[in-house]
Amino acid sequence: MKKDIQIKELENKKWPMTILLLILGIAILIPLYMAFVIAIKQPSEMTNDIAGALALPKHWSLSNFTEAIRVTDFWHTAGNSLFITVCSVVACVLVSSLISYAIARNMQHKKIYKFFYYYLVSAMFVPFSMLMLPLVKQMAFFHLDNKIGVIFLYIVFNMAMNTLLYVGYLKNIPVSLEESAYIDGATTWSVFWRIIFPLLKPMHATVAVLTALAAWNDVLLPLVMLSGGDGKDTTLPLAQMMFQSQFGTNYNLAFASYILALLPILIFYLIAQKQIINGVTNGAVKG
Amino acid sequence: MKSKDKIFMTMSLPIIIIFFCFHTIPLFCGFFYSLTNSKGFGTYDFIGFKNYLKLFQNAQVMNAYMFTFKFAVITTLLVNVISIILALGLNSKIHFKGALRGLYFVPNILGGLIVGYIFNFLFTFVIPAVGNGLGWDSLSTSLLGKPETAWIGIVVCVAWQSIAFNTIIYISGLQTIPEDVYEASAIDGASGWNNFWKITFPLIAPFFTINMVLCMRNFLMVFDQIMSLTSGGPAESTTSISMLIYKNGLTGNQFGLQSANSVIYFILIVAISAFQLKVLNKREVQL
Repeated sequence: MKKDIQIKELENKKWPMTILLLILGIAILIPLYMAFVIAIKQPSEMTNDIAGALALPKHWSLSNFTEAIRVTDFWHTAGNSLFITVCSVVACVLVSSLISYAIARNMQHKKIYKFFYYYLVSAMFVPFSMLMLPLVKQMAFFHLDNKIGVIFLYIVFNMAMNTLLYVGYLKNIPVSLEESAYIDGATTWSVFWRIIFPLLKPMHATVAVLTALAAWNDVLLPLVMLSGGDGKDTTLPLAQMMFQSQFGTNYNLAFASYILALLPILIFYLIAQKQIINGVTNGAVKG
Repeated sequence: MKSKDKIFMTMSLPIIIIFFCFHTIPLFCGFFYSLTNSKGFGTYDFIGFKNYLKLFQNAQVMNAYMFTFKFAVITTLLVNVISIILALGLNSKIHFKGALRGLYFVPNILGGLIVGYIFNFLFTFVIPAVGNGLGWDSLSTSLLGKPETAWIGIVVCVAWQSIAFNTIIYISGLQTIPEDVYEASAIDGASGWNNFWKITFPLIAPFFTINMVLCMRNFLMVFDQIMSLTSGGPAESTTSISMLIYKNGLTGNQFGLQSANSVIYFILIVAISAFQLKVLNKREVQL
C-alpha cells in the first residue's frame, strides 16, 4: 500500500516547480518582449517611466520595420549573411567529413595521419584575435577581403572542432561495410560518397548547426575582413553596428532593426529546435 | 592498394595545405610581428623582445587583463551555479518540460551584439526608471555610465546568454544518471542536500568540467557584447583583451605591440584550459 503511494508520488508532476520555472522564464522573455514593444511604437509614445518601455502601444504600427528595412538595406545585408552562412555550412560539411574519413581510416597505422589529426585539432586553442592582425594583411594581399574570403576562413576556423566530431563518430562505424564494397571493386571515392557520407548524417546535422550559428552571429571576423571594402558585402550584425550612429535617439527604429536581425534565427529555431539543441549539446559533450 | 593510399592522400593533403596557409602561417607571422615595431603599414625594424617588456609597463594592457580575468572568473562561477540549479529544476518532474527547455535555450541562439544593444537600452533607461520608481538611489542612474559598475552590466548580459547553453549541457548530464541510484539512497535515508553533493554532483562532474573550461575560454575571448554595451568604456574600464588587440592593433599604430599581446594571451588561454582540465578531471568519478 505504501509503495503504491510512493510510485504515485513519483509519477505526479510538480506544479510548484513548474510555476517557479515559468516565473524565472520571464527573465528570458522581458528583454525580447521589450525589444518587440519598442519596435512597434512611435517615438511620441516613449515616456521616461517604465510604461514607456514596457507598455503595449495604442496603435500597432509596422512602419518602423519598413523604415528599418530601407535604412539598413536589410534584404541586401540579410542576403549576404545568408549566403555566407549557407556556403560555410555546405563547405564545412563536405571538406571536414572528407578529411576526417581519410584521417579516421589511417591514423591507427600511419603516423602522418595521426599528425594531421593532432595538427588540426590543436588549433582549437588558438583564439581568433591571435591570428586576426596578420590575417587581415594576408587576406588583403590575396584580394580575399570579401564574402568569399570570409567563407574560406570559416572553413579553416571550424576545422578543429569538426574534425574532432567527425573522426570520433567515424571510429564507431565498422570498416566491414567498406571492405565488402572494396571487394566489389568500388574506389575509395565512391565508398566515401555512397556509404560513408550518408552514414555520417547525425554528425552532419551537428556540424551544420554549430557552423550556422557561429557564422550567422559572428561579428569580429566580418568586422576585420570586410570593413576595408566598399561595404557591399556587409553582414547583418555588421550593419547593425554601422547604423548604430544613424539611428541616433530614434530607439523605435533601432529596435525594429534589431528585431529584424533576430527574426531569421528565431524562425529557424522554431522549425528545427530539436536538431539545434541536439547539435549544440553533441558539439560540447563529444568535443 | 597503392591507389587507395593515393586517394586518401589527395583527400587530405590539399586541405592540410590550405589550413597551413591560413592558420599556421598567420600564427607564425603573429610571432614574427611581435618581435618588431611594426605599425601595421610601412617599414619596421626588428626589436627583439622589447614589446614583451613594454606590455608589462603598459597600463592600458594591464587594465585589459585585470578586467578580462575578473569578468571571466566571476561570470564563469555565476553562470555555472545558476545553470546547475536551473538544470535540476528543468530535469525534475514538471509540466510543459519540452516547452520550458525550449524557452530557456533561446538566448543561446541570438547574436551577442544585438542582445548587447537590447541590454544597453535596458540598463540605460528601464532599470534607472525602476530604480527611481522604487526610490533606490543606487539603481537610479545607468550601470554602464560609471567605471566602477559598468562591468556588472556586461556580466549580466553575457550570463543571460551563456546560462542557456550551460543549462542544456547540465540537463544532458543529469539524464545520464540512472534513477535506481536515487532509489538506493532513499532507502539509506539520504536527504535532498546530501543527494546532491554525494550523488548528483560527482556524477555530473564531467559535464561540470566541460562547462567550466568552455565558459572560461569563451569569456576570456569576450568581444561582441562589450562592443554593443560599452565599446570598452567608460574610461576604458571594460576594454577586454580581444577588444584592445582589435582597437589598438588595427587602428592604433600598435601592430607589433598588440601582436606580442596576442601571443601572451594565446599562451594564457592554453595554460588555463590545460590547468582546468587537469584539476577538474581529478575529481571526476565513474559509476
